[in-house]
Amino acid sequence: MWVLKLAWKNLWRNRGRTAVTISAVFFAVVLSITAGCLQDGVFANLIRNMVSFYSGYIQIHQSGYWDQQVLDNSMTRDEQIEESIRKEPGVTAFSPRIESYALASAGEVTKGCMVVGVDPEKENAITMLKSKVVAGAYFPHANASGALVSEGLLQRLGLALGDTVILLSQGYHGALAAGQFPITGVLKFGSPELNDQLLYLSLPSAQDFFSAPGQLTSYVLALESDDVQGQVQAGLQSALGSQMEVMNWGEMMPEVEQHINTDKSGMYTIQIILYLLICFGIFGTLLMMMAERQHEMGMLIAIGMKKAKLVQVVLAESVLTVLVGCLAGMLASVAVTYYLKNYPIRFGGDMADMYKRYGFEPIFPASMNPTIFFTQGIIVLALALVLGLYPMFKVLRMNPVLAMKN
Amino acid sequence: MKDVIDAHNISKTYNRDTIPVAAVQHVHLHLVRGEFTALVGPSGSGKTTLLNLIGGLDRPDEGSILIHGTDITKLSANQLIDFRLRNIGFVFQSFNLVPVLTARENVELIMQLQGMKGSEIEARVQALFRQIGMEDKMNTRPSQLSGGQQQRVAVARALASKPQVILADEPTANLDSKSAGNLLDIMLKLNQEEQMTFIFSTHDQRVIERARRVITLVDGAIVSDTARVATEST
Ligand SMILES: Nc1ncnc2c1ncn2[C@@H]1O[C@H](COP(=O)(O)OP(=O)(O)O)[C@@H](O)[C@H]1O
Ligand SMILES: [Mg+2]
Repeated sequence: MWVLKLAWKNLWRNRGRTAVTISAVFFAVVLSITAGCLQDGVFANLIRNMVSFYSGYIQIHQSGYWDQQVLDNSMTRDEQIEESIRKEPGVTAFSPRIESYALASAGEVTKGCMVVGVDPEKENAITMLKSKVVAGAYFPHANASGALVSEGLLQRLGLALGDTVILLSQGYHGALAAGQFPITGVLKFGSPELNDQLLYLSLPSAQDFFSAPGQLTSYVLALESDDVQGQVQAGLQSALGSQMEVMNWGEMMPEVEQHINTDKSGMYTIQIILYLLICFGIFGTLLMMMAERQHEMGMLIAIGMKKAKLVQVVLAESVLTVLVGCLAGMLASVAVTYYLKNYPIRFGGDMADMYKRYGFEPIFPASMNPTIFFTQGIIVLALALVLGLYPMFKVLRMNPVLAMKN
Repeated sequence: MKDVIDAHNISKTYNRDTIPVAAVQHVHLHLVRGEFTALVGPSGSGKTTLLNLIGGLDRPDEGSILIHGTDITKLSANQLIDFRLRNIGFVFQSFNLVPVLTARENVELIMQLQGMKGSEIEARVQALFRQIGMEDKMNTRPSQLSGGQQQRVAVARALASKPQVILADEPTANLDSKSAGNLLDIMLKLNQEEQMTFIFSTHDQRVIERARRVITLVDGAIVSDTARVATEST
């Protein structure tokens, strides 16, 4: 008991120093949690934006489709699969698609394009396709017979709204696919890749064109957040069995995932530097503290205080200081991240322009992921306690006569 | 009856920049209960070293030191700390007290370290502060006390652990003569009332005059050891 009492009194002896240590820990915790939550939020937002272009968080295909994306690897639309998807918690929407390459021609010009057959409403729920319409109109109903053509493709074909586009392709089981479609709408995508090659049909007219009635190449899923992705993927994979492949965006676009991981490791470097700075700060105060109290500690050992007891006192001081700083820091971080979540940082410059071009808000939202609070809190606590080993080490090696010499 | 201190042929040599300095050479020292002994000698003569050796703060290169029958040169480092706690009271030249604790807490600390019961501690603290005449300063921090008062509290603390002997290394060196005399009065009183054994180093002539035995060191060796009649204070 008196160990704690003595430790407590020692904390008040040099308030300035105690305050410096507490604030060092406090700011370390606030900065690292805020940085962690921002990083988490920004990447989650980036992924959310990116998957809403086209891919969705998760897709379901017949096994083998992703490796060989041909109509012969398509699946039959199946109410049981859709029921499984609906039952899976965390899934907010899904859209059935049939996709394949085709040649689009107009007069002398022929260009490759990607034909995507969609359920107008379901697709809109995931990719907000309706909002991409810049001329003409979105599919008026599920069986609409017109085509929505991306702006870039339309230009390359030299066509305009109201013209007719001729499509040629290979259909299901080797059938020849040919058809002509009135252009009823023009789509504008931020991504040039999409803007130059997408052509949307309603699901029935695409199935008809490919001679693949009732066939789908994929189900595209939207999720509440990327936090539930792992759980949904595993849940669906086990519900649907090995006949189906349930893939997440990272598996479908490994290069994007790798890019994000590279960015994240850059963030970790910054965090490590932050931790190092804080460590030096705390270590400095510990050095000062030990120099100042050397004589007194030597005296206490001389009169018969066991080193182990003295170590308890010094450790209690470290633990108290660090705990106060850490807890205060965590509380403040709740406030800071709550604010940044609701009033996200807006950024400008080229990056903002790019975001806007792709149709997204140029913001850095913060997440309030409890795991981040927990891990960052523990890291700072552990670091501070490791630093607390220095006084402990000094005490254990202390020679009372030498310590009292000055 | 066992000697309080029985040091036999102890020597200690320090190496300062590879030059050996014989700080204590072949010293024999016997102290019996109730002695009030001054250790005198010029600066560098080995007084502090000798006190550190018999107090178990430092180890001799040779010889044996029996404190109330225990050879402390044979104790491990940890045993030695515990031995000091239970058998030896220390008063150092200055900065004896923990600055964040009040006078009474400083005195209580050593009894808490010894594991004494709260009620016992309370009674003893009251008695000790009465003996040093500082009942009114019990709850004062060291920084608010004069040098003389701090040394008196240090003496009370040394006594609190009920040691075999109190070792005081130049306890009056930083005090004016009035405070020094006052401290000596208290030490003598405790020596008589509690039969407490004291050995203290000093080079203050007025302090030497109050001792009943004076041991003189020169170059780490005892050159004289005389019993004398202490002068009573005025
Ligand atoms: N830790 C030490 N290292 C080296 N030399 C020391 C050490 N302690 C004491 N000495 C030397 O031993 C001699 C005796 O010192 P000390 O016991 O302090 O004498 P006194 O207390 O009588 O002034 C001196 O020459 C001193 O310089
Ligand atoms: Mg000395």
